[in-house]
Amino acid sequence: MIRKALWLSATSVFLALLTPAGHAEDRVVNVFNWSDYIDSSIIDDFTKKTGIKVVYDTFDSNEILETKLLAGGSGYDVVVPSGNFLARQIQAGVFQKLDKSKLPNLSNMWDTVSERTAKYDPGNEYSVNYMWGTVGIGYNIKKVQAALGTDKIDSWDTFFNPQSLAKLKDCGVYVLDSPSDILPATLKYLGLDPNSTAPDDIAKAEEALLKIRPYIRKFHSSEYINALANGDICLAVGWSGDVFQARNRAVEAKQGVEIGYSVPKEGAQMWFDQMAIPADAPHVAEALEFINYMMTPEVIAKSSNYVLYANGNKASQQFVDKALLDDPSVYPDAATLEKLYTVQPYDPKTQRIVTRSWTKVVTGQ
Amino acid sequence: MSNIAVTDAAAPSTAAKPFLTRLGTGFVNRLVIIVPYLWLLFFFLIPFVIVFKISLSQTAIAMPPYTPVLDFRDGISGFFAGFRDLNFDNYVWLTQDALYFKAYITSVVIAAISTVLTLIVGYPIAYGMARAPATIRPTLLMLVILPFWTSFLIRVYAWIGILKPEGLLNQLLLSLHIINQPLVILNTYTAIFIGIVYSYLPFMVLPLYSSLEKMDYSLIEAAKDLGCPPTSAFWKITFPLSLPGVIAGALLVFIPAVGEFVIPDLLGGSQTLMIGKTLWNEFFANRDWPVSSAVAVILLLLLTVPIMFFQQAQAKAQEQGK
Repeated sequence: MIRKALWLSATSVFLALLTPAGHAEDRVVNVFNWSDYIDSSIIDDFTKKTGIKVVYDTFDSNEILETKLLAGGSGYDVVVPSGNFLARQIQAGVFQKLDKSKLPNLSNMWDTVSERTAKYDPGNEYSVNYMWGTVGIGYNIKKVQAALGTDKIDSWDTFFNPQSLAKLKDCGVYVLDSPSDILPATLKYLGLDPNSTAPDDIAKAEEALLKIRPYIRKFHSSEYINALANGDICLAVGWSGDVFQARNRAVEAKQGVEIGYSVPKEGAQMWFDQMAIPADAPHVAEALEFINYMMTPEVIAKSSNYVLYANGNKASQQFVDKALLDDPSVYPDAATLEKLYTVQPYDPKTQRIVTRSWTKVVTGQ
Repeated sequence: MSNIAVTDAAAPSTAAKPFLTRLGTGFVNRLVIIVPYLWLLFFFLIPFVIVFKISLSQTAIAMPPYTPVLDFRDGISGFFAGFRDLNFDNYVWLTQDALYFKAYITSVVIAAISTVLTLIVGYPIAYGMARAPATIRPTLLMLVILPFWTSFLIRVYAWIGILKPEGLLNQLLLSLHIINQPLVILNTYTAIFIGIVYSYLPFMVLPLYSSLEKMDYSLIEAAKDLGCPPTSAFWKITFPLSLPGVIAGALLVFIPAVGEFVIPDLLGGSQTLMIGKTLWNEFFANRDWPVSSAVAVILLLLLTVPIMFFQQAQAKAQEQGK
């Protein structure tokens, strides 16, 4: 009760700070999105077109977003969690159903993506796709060439085979500190169901990871971007867009570092970042207008061209830069798309087994 | 001593003083003392009771993600009915997996080693400052505080650039032909110690400086005159007299270092198992607010003991001050 009161007062202070001088007719939308994830001119254009002021705030992990949402009264109108987090948050009652009559641009969406996001959000009742990508292997082309004698990685075997990874140990291997991304990949490599929650399967994955653990320098979910770009490491298992960011930073730095990204042929995880409206959002109408605007083909294409991720908007593809659209690591071809898998959120009991197993892999305890 | 200072601050104008004296300074004193108690009540005790209550709850897929939520939605009887669902299961859970015990131990050991290292580095600095000419002491003091003007996070990030295999330190040592192979420092315990010593050094130097500065150096001269060599004069006079500063500094480093999360995350390797990371995992990865609250409550108990020592030492220091 006291907690609630404190939250309410904290939120009202927060909102009071956000809304300038309290003109009742001022329309505002509070957006909470991932950092480095939009071309900021899009926000200005939206305000010019609609008169709605956008208060844009960013986060850098699903966990931080989730904690704010679960505590309630976050004050945000549009948030962008990833699919497996979204699914659990819907279950916890965090979001409200979207009024689809206010979202005419839904007709632009790409069914290949919508079918998959429906696994997290049945009927796509609560969310709209913003961007999507894969979990794959980012690597330093020259260093990998020197260590392995090839400049092309196309299989999980390079990472999960201890003999192969041992050769890369000295030049540095980073892995996402995220069991929900790495465990499914391990299961896939072992020929098991990436979504398996059987303790036996998790134990097998743990065993496979422990075998390659000595060759991994660090588990971290963001440091690898700079480490790859600076040439400090030669391989990272990470999110596609982060690796592309590393590639661009390397090009800008002109230090001769070249970064490649591979969607392994065995199949890789596809992830989705979904726009949704919290149940207690203060500006629902504005939030819907914002989401609808983001589904305008030219707008979302502009965002893709800037952040280098694929989006879930079919009609936007004619406006996406050709180089990006033709890059199979961003927009995979039909055959690769077929092999990509999605992961479901773990139930609390499995989550505990998975986290414990992950702690063992990461710390050896 | 402190009461007088506070009363002065509360009644700065001389004109008000006679009135206050008439009213009785006792009343004003009591009023002023109440403020820190209210502060403790609202920003320590109530939050702690909330955390303690959550540690007795169970997780749930809901907002907030635990049950029971004690509120008055079902009236007062509903509020009290919730108490029946509270239990100590989460504390029992902490004893069942050696992970938590190991994490507490590792954190305490890392914090203890870091504290000793900080003391070894900080003592000569504080001593040098205290013995410096009075005119330059404020400048030296300023230099100790100066790093606080830059973000803590940026300073820790800077250490990554210094310590990494291709970093500044290795480049320097390689170019001087002191080493042939780059030293692996980043992502090891050594890097964590460097990070903690660097970040917490001012917290050690300042209390040491304040106790060393108050010291009467004629004592050392007397010792010298009586034929005591400088080393034993240091251990017999200077060090014992600076002990309150040593204890205050050590606790100011030790207590936050136990719960340190950022430095091990950025500079340490993934194998580092500290309680801060374990707590993060429980809270964010497992979404288990109750278990993470239990971890936090135990951590608090673990730290209360050194804080009590700290208070004793302070009381002693004040007596000596008189």
